[in-house]
Amino acid sequence: MTDTAPNGIKANGALKLTAKDFKSDQEVRWCPGCGDYAILAAVQGFLPELGIPREKIVFISGIGCSSRFPYYLSTYGMHSIHGRAPAIATGLASSRPDLSVWVITGDGDALSIGGNHLIHALRRNVNLKILLFNNRIYGLTKGQYSPTSEPGKITKSTPMGSLDEPFRPLSLALGAEAGFVARTIDSDRQHLTSVLRAAAQHQGAALVEIYQNCNIFNDGAFEVLKDPATRDAALLRLEHGKPYRLAPDGEEIVHDVTDPDPTRAFALSRLTEPTPIGVLRAVPRPAYDRQLNAQLEQAVAERGEGDLSALLSGSDTWMVR
Amino acid sequence: MTSRVEETGSTFDESHDPESEPANGGKRVRRLDRVVIRFAGDSGDGMQLTGDRFTSETAGFGNDLSTLPNFPAEIRAPAGTLPGVSSFQLHFADHDILTPGDAPDVLVAMNPAALKANLSDLPRGAEIIVNTDEFTKRALAKVGWQADPLDDGTLQEYRVHPVALTTLTVEALKETSLARKDAERAKNMFALGLLSWMYHRPTEGTETFLRTKFAKKPEIAEANVLAFRAGWNYGETTESFAVSYEVAPASRAFAPGRYRNISGNLALAYGLIAASKQSGLPLFLGSYPITPASDILHELSKHKNFGVRTFQAEDEIAGIGAALGAAFGGALGVTTTSGPGIALKSETIGLAVSLELPLLVVDIQRGGPSTGLPTKTEQADLLQAMFGRNGEAPVPIVAPASPGECFTMALEAARIALAYRTPVFLLSDGYLANGSEPWRVPELSELPDLSVEFATEPNAPDGSGGFWPYLRDPETLARPWAVPGTPGLEHRIGGIEKQDGTGNISYDPANHDHMVRTRQAKVDGVSVPDLAVDDPGGDARLLVLGWGSTFGPIAAGVRRARAAGGKVAQAHLRYLNPFPANLGEVLARYDKVLVPEMNLGQLAMLLRARYLVDARSFTQVSGMPFKAAQLAAVISEALDD
Ligand SMILES: Cc1ncc(C[n+]2csc(CCOP(=O)(O)OP(=O)(O)O)c2C)c(N)n1
Ligand code: SF4
Ligand SMILES: [Mg+2]
Repeated sequence: MTDTAPNGIKANGALKLTAKDFKSDQEVRWCPGCGDYAILAAVQGFLPELGIPREKIVFISGIGCSSRFPYYLSTYGMHSIHGRAPAIATGLASSRPDLSVWVITGDGDALSIGGNHLIHALRRNVNLKILLFNNRIYGLTKGQYSPTSEPGKITKSTPMGSLDEPFRPLSLALGAEAGFVARTIDSDRQHLTSVLRAAAQHQGAALVEIYQNCNIFNDGAFEVLKDPATRDAALLRLEHGKPYRLAPDGEEIVHDVTDPDPTRAFALSRLTEPTPIGVLRAVPRPAYDRQLNAQLEQAVAERGEGDLSALLSGSDTWMVR
Repeated sequence: MTSRVEETGSTFDESHDPESEPANGGKRVRRLDRVVIRFAGDSGDGMQLTGDRFTSETAGFGNDLSTLPNFPAEIRAPAGTLPGVSSFQLHFADHDILTPGDAPDVLVAMNPAALKANLSDLPRGAEIIVNTDEFTKRALAKVGWQADPLDDGTLQEYRVHPVALTTLTVEALKETSLARKDAERAKNMFALGLLSWMYHRPTEGTETFLRTKFAKKPEIAEANVLAFRAGWNYGETTESFAVSYEVAPASRAFAPGRYRNISGNLALAYGLIAASKQSGLPLFLGSYPITPASDILHELSKHKNFGVRTFQAEDEIAGIGAALGAAFGGALGVTTTSGPGIALKSETIGLAVSLELPLLVVDIQRGGPSTGLPTKTEQADLLQAMFGRNGEAPVPIVAPASPGECFTMALEAARIALAYRTPVFLLSDGYLANGSEPWRVPELSELPDLSVEFATEPNAPDGSGGFWPYLRDPETLARPWAVPGTPGLEHRIGGIEKQDGTGNISYDPANHDHMVRTRQAKVDGVSVPDLAVDDPGGDARLLVLGWGSTFGPIAAGVRRARAAGGKVAQAHLRYLNPFPANLGEVLARYDKVLVPEMNLGQLAMLLRARYLVDARSFTQVSGMPFKAAQLAAVISEALDD
């Protein structure tokens, strides 16, 4: 723990908080067995590590089962409207660069109704950590297919199977010029925590896709990635500096999250067998909020603090006596 | 558009003040009390700039004035066509005036399209200055003229000054290195120079302006200055202009003080900066470009040294979302747009109602529905502002009555938003936004104190040391504003119904009913000044009641009706939600209430519903402001029946 966390938010090394300190007094109301519980526990377990006092942390969510998340944390929080959390968080982070701002969103929230805000937040590189809970279904509205559901998905709204091609959230994020892109799984606490850590350290926008089981409407969606019998073959665990292959007989590539060229990260983002988890890309570039605030300082340095009286008068005035 | 000096309603009339003296190289000078000039040309002819410059010269000279820019939505509609005509009307006087004038006394027509598009607005005897160079067979045919109106008698009723503006401009610039095409483009400055001579306008301002505007292209700057001077000299020397006019400064119309000319959008931007300063909160604007609101975004973007953050969002929803997020963080959050943008923002405004955070929502109304008339004016978003959200979602509404008032009402909107922790609508429109008038620059000491206290201490009444985000101020019903970064006050808010006090999610029926009524009571309880009524005789039986930008034309119409002996009272609403407390009582005092609006009767509908008063609507939705004469006629009709 340093005085300044790597993402630029002031940290306090003397701060000794525990997971319990990040629990709110509200009763958690997800379905028993929902993957959201594990994510909540992992986040509460991770936040003390940041060394940032609770009052400097803000969680902003949209609408969906996943978006109830902020109510269960003892930080500042806002449960907003469907799809708009990245926009709201952008305003907060841009005007308050002293805060650590996190966005909680679902696959419908982030990629359907809020798709526009998501891509622009990533492109702009606002200092937001976006946790996308991907259960490949609409949970809160009781089980319609989502923009990440596999084609042919049978749901209440698609009784003969869904027709549309799903998004690959990480490909979309890379296409939107995201500097930090990662994937993890609800049930792998250790891996989830390591990805949160990497995201928190990244300067600028970070997108973390978390595979999340909705045991009511899409149970077992990620089972092959979790079952001890299949997971080793099904997963590609990415680690910076370690080699991987895109195909069993393919060339060995040393994973470099800092590669400025997103081509390899993009190839990884399209890979399904095996499914990569871990950080695909972590390339820092100046964050929007920092730059915006730097412009304010530059304006003051160049022109001095604004003088309201002079502004109102302008250059063309006349006196009436 | 200033104080309350009586306007006689006299029309342009040279014989009104026959005093004339030889001056200007033996030319005659006539005194006028007021003039309406309209510059008209192609969208590419620079008519808005020409009008702006003439306005600045006129403001600097000390006349009262009011302007009406009128331009097409297309940036460069096909040259020479009727839809491509752009115009700028300016009314200036030696006394106080209220409108940009019903009809021009002088039309400057840069081409046949400009002449044709504006001819029907000209009263008999009006002066027309035409650029004869553009009156070619082809150009005439483009607007459907078989014969040349300059010599077929079409313009018989008018006093026509044919001027070869283009040729003269090119001639004046022949010593410069400019290509002919570039030289031609300075013809608007030639016209400006000529008009400046005709009306004795000071010229230094324009020369300085041109040199600054084209600082990076000195040869263009010099060419424009040359053309401008050539226009002036042309007036002075040529025989076709035998008379020039003097309109004395309107010194008696203005209260003492320092004045400048200001447009509604500029005043609004300044009002927002002033509100930021007076509240001690940094200004955050989230906006998406849209006519006629974009100029506020442009203006605020220039003032980062006032701590102003401007955010050009990906759409209107993100614009207001970011403003609301900034408000959560303790900024003065503002979003600016026009009607179509409000439609997109509705859900977020509802969220702000539920979160009970301060937020300014500025709607520069334009013609609707849908894309409608982007560059024209209308007042048809009143009911959208009032009711355009799901659920019971009351929002206070204020509306400035003149360009200069956009400043004051921005401060008022901020006062209400900050004191009551609520989104507030400010309804301006295209007419106020682009129109301008002399404005007395306020002293900083006159500005209201808008300081806010953030919550800093736990407030839970149960002594738990916790923080209740919805524990209300018993006076205002406002909830505490605890911004992130404040230790011990960490809390969560959201759009789901919450328990009053604790702010915890609550689906309890009785609590929801209580919260709906409480949010309504909070807005109903917003303190707004009483409605002032102007009824000089005190015995009028007819009240004319308007809101927003119709103030000028209504007041001018009322003056005319009074000058003709009519007894009529006038009142104007600047607060539309809540209405002033005395409004019901004011309405009850009159036998008849006439409500002119640039919509199909939206305020009248609210008045009828709220006060059971038989308000009569007079409506116009042409995209253009009312004319004084038109309202005078409606008023006298209402007086008679
Ligand atoms: C404007 C609007 N449209 C629709 C809804 C209904 N709605 C709520 S959540 C949701 C989808 C949620 O899916 P997802 O984002 O994947 O979240 P999950 O519940 O799966 O966590 C929808 C359609 C809404 N609340 N607001
Ligand atoms: S519906 Fe699915 S996503 Fe929602 S709480 Fe239940 S299990 Fe979790
Ligand atoms: Mg989902």
